[in-house]
Amino acid sequence: MELIDKLKTLAMSAKYDAACTSSGVDRDNKTDGIGNAASCGICHSFAADGRCISLLKVLMTNYCIYDCKYCINRISNDVPRARFTPDELADITINFYKRNYIEGLFLSSGIIKNPDYTCEQMIETLSILRNKYKFNGYIHAKAIPGADSELISRLGMLADRMSVNIELPSQKSLNMLAPDKSKHSILLPMQQITTRIKENSTEIVKYKKADKFAPAGQSTQMIIGATPDTDFQILRLSEALYKKYSLKRVFYSAYIPVGDQKLLPPAGTKPPLLREHRLYQADWLIRFYGFESGEILDDNNQNFNPYLDPKCNWAVHNMGLFPIEINKAPYEMLLRVPGIGVNSAKRIITARKTTALDYPDLKKLGVVLKRAQYFILCKGKLMDGLKVTEAAVMRQLMSASTVKQLESQGLYLPNDYEQLSFFDSEKHQPTMEDFQKCLTGQI
Amino acid sequence: MPYRTDIIYRFDGTFDGVLCCVFESYVKKEIPSEIITALDEQTSLFPIKEITTDNAKAERIRYAFPLKASNYAYEYAQKAFLSRYPQKELLILKFIYLGFKFGKTVMNMLADDTVNTMFKIVNNVNREAHFYREFIRFSSYNNVLVSVIEPKNIVLPIISSHFTDRLRNEAFMIFDKSHNMALTYYNYKAEIIPVDELSLPSADSTEKNYRNLWKAFYNTIAIEERYNPKCRMNMMPKRYWKHMTEFAELYNEQDNDIQELNDTSFNKIEKQY
Repeated sequence: MELIDKLKTLAMSAKYDAACTSSGVDRDNKTDGIGNAASCGICHSFAADGRCISLLKVLMTNYCIYDCKYCINRISNDVPRARFTPDELADITINFYKRNYIEGLFLSSGIIKNPDYTCEQMIETLSILRNKYKFNGYIHAKAIPGADSELISRLGMLADRMSVNIELPSQKSLNMLAPDKSKHSILLPMQQITTRIKENSTEIVKYKKADKFAPAGQSTQMIIGATPDTDFQILRLSEALYKKYSLKRVFYSAYIPVGDQKLLPPAGTKPPLLREHRLYQADWLIRFYGFESGEILDDNNQNFNPYLDPKCNWAVHNMGLFPIEINKAPYEMLLRVPGIGVNSAKRIITARKTTALDYPDLKKLGVVLKRAQYFILCKGKLMDGLKVTEAAVMRQLMSASTVKQLESQGLYLPNDYEQLSFFDSEKHQPTMEDFQKCLTGQI
Repeated sequence: MPYRTDIIYRFDGTFDGVLCCVFESYVKKEIPSEIITALDEQTSLFPIKEITTDNAKAERIRYAFPLKASNYAYEYAQKAFLSRYPQKELLILKFIYLGFKFGKTVMNMLADDTVNTMFKIVNNVNREAHFYREFIRFSSYNNVLVSVIEPKNIVLPIISSHFTDRLRNEAFMIFDKSHNMALTYYNYKAEIIPVDELSLPSADSTEKNYRNLWKAFYNTIAIEERYNPKCRMNMMPKRYWKHMTEFAELYNEQDNDIQELNDTSFNKIEKQY
């Protein structure tokens, strides 16, 4: 098989993995090396589906002994198979990196022979990169469930980030769709990695020169929409993973049917992209906005509101906490206002040290007043001319595309949200008497 | 005494020149209505004063300003100078005035129009520089990596350290076609030099091979069911595509107009002020 065909086959097999980030570690180049890493991560291109391409995302091989129903590489699936040699893959990585095509390598693999052998193949590739080419760029390695902990440990010393994919958010779903995997077999390597990262951080305190184990931490992925699990279950699981296993990221991947399977949504089912989007929004709320999963969803509302994003949804259900005074509210509360994000909240905190802020100032600082106006006060005042009616608030909080969609379905959304207009209705038109008063100067 | 404002400064187009304008403005108690370079056309009838760049004067501002207003503020002034914002010199002058007046606090005055515009144009420069960290594509010619870019702001001084560290043991060159300058790195030494034109030899077979591999990878990695060209364009504006390997065949000279249409972010700032 030609190298280019191998690359196509093995990229094709890897593309359903959502993670392609190169963030979480800052590292300068070494004297004789090539490459460095920036903690913000660097995307190098965007594919036609709008997803970032940061790393060369390929499998070592797509031969696999397992038969997970949701996976394109399952043994029972009839797809072309290929396998990189460690040298080939290292050479492509370095040459892509030099040309600034990529930020590093994302290496995963189907299971050939047994988990240990697979893991050794990956280790060999990474050691060629790190030791022969002195590569200091980013490497994301998938831990192979079932591989010896010693091997996982060696893999982690070579990689920046490690991940074990949960894929299915409950044991029930696992039993049904991935008969060779169990909750335990997935959580065990995850636990191992977490422990190693923690041990390593104390080693670094003791010996400055200690090598770092997965310095950019650990991530995982869950498939959305292949099983009947609810959004609340998924979100609670992610929250637990962030807390218990100190995961850096949980990725959500809308399920795309890969071949006909009785237990799964049929081919041609559209991927639940909106649901995936809402999960990411909620995930951000948990990681950066100080929310807890129980605030976003609860036992009675197990799924996301399709029309409102989770933050707006929370705000309209907690109107009692608003409005808040922009010039006094603490950072945590500013973050909870729809239309104020992390950046604009920080800017507000900075700018209000020098002057009392008013609405035009907020606009300059990047606050989306369209949404924020209903929840804030500036110098104790509501925005001039603001009409607060339920319909108006809802309309402003929904995205433009949602409004369009609802209207095309014939839903009535009263358009009574205009502000700052003195002449917005007939009765406010100046009368003849007013004109006379103007002319005579009588008030 | 109120400051005189019916005057135009003309300077030599260097950052030191701007500092000398600031110096002159303090000494003569005047705020120019415009600061122009020899290349600009005069748009009003106010008299023009030639400001000659004097290193000693510039040095006084360069020393005093960071002391009073922080290094951070001085860095902002320097970065704003790289911007393509039309009246950046006057803006920098006003910003330096504010810095001398309010000290370090100036960097907190985000609601002030001058400071706010400064932040916006510096953000714009930083953002474009970051786009180039992402989207620069090198081609290897006899082991020298060469890249061509067409940025709107001057980005080479900002991205220089990133690439020199990353490609420490390589030789490379980034040619900025729109400002006729190039960042060269050879023998562990980086330099920014004026370059008017660059003609490149055609790629050899090894280079073509890696380009094809990359294109193959790029075209494979997208998931058809999630096709979303609008999102791609938001994340990677079309004007960058011209010099990117993965789009090399899609692009030819006639498509030049597209790039102008696609980056509107800056127009927004201009409209606002």
